[in-house]
Amino acid sequence: MSLRTPLARVRGLGSARDGTKHWWFQRLTAIALVPLSLWLVASLIANIDASYAEVVAWVRSPAVTALLLMVVMFVFYHAQLGLQVVIEDYVHLESAKIAILVLVKITVLILALLSATAVIRVAVGS
Amino acid sequence: MQQRKRPLSPHLQVYRPQLTSVLSITHRGTGILLAIATVLLAYWLLALAAGPDAYATAQQFFGSWFGQVVLLGCSFALFYHLCNGIRHLFWDIGLGYELSQVYRSGTAVVIASSVMTVLAWVVALAMRT
Repeated sequence: MSLRTPLARVRGLGSARDGTKHWWFQRLTAIALVPLSLWLVASLIANIDASYAEVVAWVRSPAVTALLLMVVMFVFYHAQLGLQVVIEDYVHLESAKIAILVLVKITVLILALLSATAVIRVAVGS
Repeated sequence: MQQRKRPLSPHLQVYRPQLTSVLSITHRGTGILLAIATVLLAYWLLALAAGPDAYATAQQFFGSWFGQVVLLGCSFALFYHLCNGIRHLFWDIGLGYELSQVYRSGTAVVIASSVMTVLAWVVALAMRT
């Protein structure tokens, strides 16, 4: 007879070895992205005919800088979480699955860092 | 490990596509598409940081017919994923599971995302001089 609780025995035995945190952060980032993505689309449309200087001035406003950084943070986090689920669902060969997961995570991280760096450079640049 | 050929339950091909299943796979499809589209977001921001010339090149690309088609696809994908995502969030708190409700919310998602796409493009094209 095992003295371990049913929870302890089942913990970590799912196909992804973990899950609640992933599920929860996918929802939190989704909720954050509802207003943020609408704001981004509206802003891009509003800036459609703006000159370079006008767009730079827009990015430099502190609220816009902060919002753009939030968009970048949540978009890439949400994208990574979603891609992870797709990969876990369809790639069955364990070695390939791990390789693709790592590759996707690194790619998304690089894109996120490049985007955030770009926003900050525009915001504080000369 | 040797894989034994066991009988498998029928897969997707035996089922008639229904609104529910089509919307479900479209959610995943648009999600993958939007993840790829983040490259464009990164490119646009980097072009802005790189200076007026790079930004002009980026704007030229997004303004070309190819760029416009890509953006049209991205905008519909975004609005669809957004609307259907909200539908998912309602399911997450336990609402809207009756079959009639599922079909109604599904239809609403298709209509809302189409209207939002058309609206966004009407406004965007009107803003362009």
